[in-house]
Amino acid sequence: MKAITVTATLGAVLLAGTIIGFLAQADEFTKKDQERWQNEYMAVVQKGRALWTSAELGTKGVACAQCHPNAANTHPETYPKFQQQLGRVIALREMINWCIQQPLEGKPLAFDDPKMIALESYIAYERRGVRMDPGKH
Amino acid sequence: MNDFRLNRRDFIKRAGVATAAAAFPLSVVELAFGAAQDKFTFAHISDAHIQHVKGTEFVRNWDRGLIRAVAEANLLTPKPDFVMFGGDLAQLGTKEELDHGAEMLSRLRHKTYCVMGEHDYYLDLGEYWSKLFGPHYYSFDHKGVHFVVLNSILTYDEWTYNRWPTARQRMLEMAGLDNPNGSPFMVGEKQREWLRADLARVAKTTPIVLFSHSPIQKLYKGWNFWTEDAEQVQALLKPFPTVTVIYGHVHQIQYNQVGNITFHSVMATAWPWPYPQSYAQAEHAMPKLTVPMNRADPFFERDATGWQFIDMDTGRVMMDYNLYNNTSRVVAYNPATRQPEDRVYQDPSKRIPPQDHY
Ligand code: HEC
Ligand SMILES: [Fe+2]
Ligand SMILES: [Fe+2]
Repeated sequence: MKAITVTATLGAVLLAGTIIGFLAQADEFTKKDQERWQNEYMAVVQKGRALWTSAELGTKGVACAQCHPNAANTHPETYPKFQQQLGRVIALREMINWCIQQPLEGKPLAFDDPKMIALESYIAYERRGVRMDPGKH
Repeated sequence: MNDFRLNRRDFIKRAGVATAAAAFPLSVVELAFGAAQDKFTFAHISDAHIQHVKGTEFVRNWDRGLIRAVAEANLLTPKPDFVMFGGDLAQLGTKEELDHGAEMLSRLRHKTYCVMGEHDYYLDLGEYWSKLFGPHYYSFDHKGVHFVVLNSILTYDEWTYNRWPTARQRMLEMAGLDNPNGSPFMVGEKQREWLRADLARVAKTTPIVLFSHSPIQKLYKGWNFWTEDAEQVQALLKPFPTVTVIYGHVHQIQYNQVGNITFHSVMATAWPWPYPQSYAQAEHAMPKLTVPMNRADPFFERDATGWQFIDMDTGRVMMDYNLYNNTSRVVAYNPATRQPEDRVYQDPSKRIPPQDHY
């Protein structure tokens, strides 16, 4: 029963694709695609780095980079994790907002704000290669 | 010695609460110190990073760090012979920041000396700082110890004089610790020649204590935990068997021994920095001897900041890190092993989880 539904849906999608004149090959991409996607990511990393070193997230001229050079001591590989001062398991973006509100005296970002994504992208980039270790304090 | 230390800390804690309680340690301490001429104390406060917001407003967090250090240092009993301020009084070297910082330092009831930091220097190349605090490098003798203060945050002339369109941009470029547009710190030839001449007049048996802002050793270039001509400066110090270098800039506890030289860093009053090993992309050489400070808790804004009081005993340093939100740490020269060691945590079996940095 389930299998039939899936086939039917797939068929409809394929048909729709053919009708509007292109057929996306979901499992095929080229080196060029990969390069483009990497460049898209790096462009957002650059935005994150710019935010990291600017006072724009706060109100007093203080920047993240003042205390976290190269985003060190942000430990993205340990999230989600229990944050003892808040008494619950939180995501990295909640700690980002915490630091925006406290040392920077700024307004928290919406979790899907492009600035939040840029900060996360930069933090993750500086931490590339480090093993995932969720929950580690 | 330990008793005295506890008494003194008790005194600081209780002062202002119970005057009667303070009277006892005060007298004990004076007795203990009345005897030996070669024992004395001084305090070391560093890296206040006073930061101007606008008008009369300054970043509250950094102000609080320095205000507290000054207030506590004023309570020290016995009185320290002097206070050294280790550099980075300002954040962007402006007159407003230096004036505000100098005003806070002026409340110290002790003779105060200052070291130049890069945040004080790169706006006007130390001109206004000089008006407030005097020469950029100098030496003095005190109770048998020869003290030297260097300006170790100079850099290549091309970078300083030709690279940047404005003084303000030059300051901003050097103020970013992890900024790839920065430039390595150095003492420079002129000052090294001055040091050579200065030391030539000092008997080789005299203990030397040298203050600098950057470490006079090469730890991690990416964050300027580094002095480009460190080896040349170390070579000038080589003929002296008892040498201690005390440096700021790194905002964290570090100590090690290089030949005849004992190195100690000091804490910042403003904010702590990660150890370079916390930066996954970095190549670095941190001192193996160092038992790190505890990882900072961001929910306590003064955690992992603090200031130091120092006991000089026959020319050796006992560095007492007075940490605002944490157990204090004592690092002292151990004559048996001929290196500085933490009084509690040096033995690997004594380490505690907050000392793991990653
Ligand atoms: C005044 C210094 C200071 C400033 C400025 C600051 N932080 Fe923090 N932040 C800290 C400290 C200290 C910690 C704790 C570090 C640790 O756990 O080792 C921390 C922790 C964090 C963590 C969690 C790390 C962990 O291990 O759980 C994140 C994420 C973070 N900061 C992001 C930011 C961002 C984003 C900014 C800028 C908006 C910022 N911080 C600005 C001091 C600061
Ligand atoms: Fe500093
Ligand atoms: Fe500095």
